[in-house]
Amino acid sequence: MNGKTLLLQTLASAVPYAFAAVGGTICERSGVANIALEGAMLVGAFAAAAGGLASGSLFVALVSAFVAGGAFLAIHGLAVVRLGVSSIVSGVAMNLIAAGGTRFLLRAIYGSSANSPTVEAFSASGAGRLILPALAIVALAATLFFFRKTALGHWLVAAGEAPEALVATGHSVAPIRFWAVVASGALAALGGAALAVDLRQFQGGMTAGRGFIALAAVILSGWRPGRAALACLGFALLDAVQVGLQAEQSGHAELLSAFPYLATLLLLIALGKRAGERTPRALS
Amino acid sequence: MIGRPTALAIALAIVAGGLLFVPGRNSNGGVAQGPARAVPLRVGIVFDVGGRGDKSFNDAAYAGSERAVRELGADVAYLEPSGAEDREAGLRLFAARGYDLVIAVGFIFSPDVDVVARAHPNVHFACIDYFPGRDGVPANVAALAFREEEGSFLVGGAAGLLSKSKHVGFVGGMTGPLIKKFEVGYSFGVHRTCPECVVHVAYAGSSPDAYRDPAKGKALTESQVAATADVVYHASGATGHGVFEAAKLAGISAIGVDVDQHDEMPGAVVTSMVKRADVAIFETVKAVAEGRFKSGFQVFGLKEEGVDWVHEGPHADRLPDALKRRVEALREDVKSGLIHVPAE
Repeated sequence: MNGKTLLLQTLASAVPYAFAAVGGTICERSGVANIALEGAMLVGAFAAAAGGLASGSLFVALVSAFVAGGAFLAIHGLAVVRLGVSSIVSGVAMNLIAAGGTRFLLRAIYGSSANSPTVEAFSASGAGRLILPALAIVALAATLFFFRKTALGHWLVAAGEAPEALVATGHSVAPIRFWAVVASGALAALGGAALAVDLRQFQGGMTAGRGFIALAAVILSGWRPGRAALACLGFALLDAVQVGLQAEQSGHAELLSAFPYLATLLLLIALGKRAGERTPRALS
Repeated sequence: MIGRPTALAIALAIVAGGLLFVPGRNSNGGVAQGPARAVPLRVGIVFDVGGRGDKSFNDAAYAGSERAVRELGADVAYLEPSGAEDREAGLRLFAARGYDLVIAVGFIFSPDVDVVARAHPNVHFACIDYFPGRDGVPANVAALAFREEEGSFLVGGAAGLLSKSKHVGFVGGMTGPLIKKFEVGYSFGVHRTCPECVVHVAYAGSSPDAYRDPAKGKALTESQVAATADVVYHASGATGHGVFEAAKLAGISAIGVDVDQHDEMPGAVVTSMVKRADVAIFETVKAVAEGRFKSGFQVFGLKEEGVDWVHEGPHADRLPDALKRRVEALREDVKSGLIHVPAE
C-alpha cells in the first residue's frame, strides 16, 4: 500500500467527520442531543458549492457554509430549546428537510436533481487538502480553549450537567443551549463544505451518513472534543486502509468495506459503559 | 406566540414536500399520430427519488416517454415521490384514476408494485429493474430487466484495449448480485481483449449509502491508480462522480454507466455503458397501445438494443477506430450467440 496515498486519504476523509464531531460535543455538552449533524453537513455542502459558484471564491464558499449551517440548526435550537420539541423528533425532521431542501434548491437553481455544476473556485491546487484540515485543527483548538479557559465554556458545561445550578447563579440556560446548537450546525456545515470542496461540486445526499459516524465519535469520546477528533482520525485511517486493501486484493469487498463500521461498533460496546459515565446529566 | 415557529416549520415542510409531488404532464393534446386510437393511451410514470434531471435513469425514462408521446400519441403524466412512503401512493394514484399503464422507474419500487398491481388487476404495470417478491411477478406486471453484463462486457473489452499498464479498475456501489453483474461482465470483457490484464475490484460499501458517496468513490479510485490502474469503470450511481474526479486528477480514463456520462467529466470519461431505459419504456408503451402487452420478465440485452456502449459521435472521439471495430465485433459475437457473457 502506498504510504503517501494512505496519509492523504486519511487526512481528507477525517476532516468532515472531525468538524461535525467537534460541533457535536459543543451541542451535546450543553444538554441538547444532536442527531441533526448529518443534515447540517448536507446543508453546508450545498451552501459551499452555491457560495463558491456565485462568488468564485473559496473563502466566500466556506463562510456561506458556516452561516447556512448555523442558521439551519437555529431551527433545531428553537424547536428544542424554546418550544420543548423532543430533540430526536426535531433532529429527524431537520435531516429530512436538509435532504429534500437541498435537492429542491439544486433543481431550482441549477436545473438538476443530481449535482451542481463544477465549482472552479475549488480547483486551486491544495485548497481542500491544506486549508480545510488547517481550519479543522483551528476549530478543535478553539473549542478546547473555549471549554477549558472561558467562563462561557464552563456555563455551557453547567447547562448540560446541572442547569438548576446555573439558574441559581443568575444565568439563563436557554440562550446558552440555543447558541451551542447553532455553533454545532456551523461547524458541521464546514465538514460538509470539505466534502464539496474535495469533489468540486455538490451532489445530492453526498454526506452519506457521515454525521452519524461523527455522533458515534462524540459518544465514544465521552463528549470530549479532542478525543472525538482523534476517534474521527482513527476511523478515517481504518477506512483508508480498507480502501487500499480493496485496490490491492479484490474479492472481500463486503467484509472490508464494513470493517471500519464494525470496529466503531465494537469500540462503542467496549467503551460504551465508561463513556456512558461521562454523559452530560441533563442531556435530552 | 409559541405556536408560530412550529406552524411555520410545518407549513415549510408541507410546501417543500408538495413541490416534489405535483404531477407533471406531457401530451400532444391527444392528437394521435401513431396507431389510431379513439382515446389516447394514458400512461403514468412514477420516478425514483431524484426524478427528472438526475442525469441517469429517470432522465432516460423521461426520454422514452417523450418518444411515446410523439410517436404513439400517448398522454403521459409524471409523479416524483419525495420519499419512500410516497412511492406506493404515487402508483396507487395513477392506478385509481384508471390509467392504462403505470410505470415505476427503479428496482426500489418492486414491493410497492407488487401491492398496487394486485389491488388493480385491470391496470398494466411496468417496473424497471424489478425484482420479484416471494409470490413472483403479478400477472399484470411487466418486469423490465437489462443484461447489464452484456453492456459491461463491451466496455470491459474497450478497457482491455485502452490500458497501457495492463491494470484496470472497477468501482461498484453496494455489494450484492445487482452490481456483481456489471463487475463480472466487465472482467470477462477485459480478459477477452487483454488476457494478461489485472482487474482491481472495489466496492463503496454494503448499504444504499454506497450509491451516493462520491468521497468514497474518489478514495477507491485513487488507490486503484496507486496500484497502476489506468482505466476505471464504475457502477455506483452518484458515487461515480468521485471516480471521475479522481480519474481526471490522475489523468487516466474513466468509463461511465447507465447513461452517456461524458458531460459529467469531459476529458476523463472516454465511453459509457448505456442501459436503454428509454427503449424499454417505449417498447412497453407501444405493446400496450397495440394490445400485445406481455407480463413477466422482459429482458433487454444487446440483441434487443436494451444495452449499448458509447462509441459514436464526439463523446467517443478518444477511442481509436481500431478499438471501436474490435469491440463492435464482440457485440456481433454476443448477438449471434457465439459468446455467452456470464452474470455471476
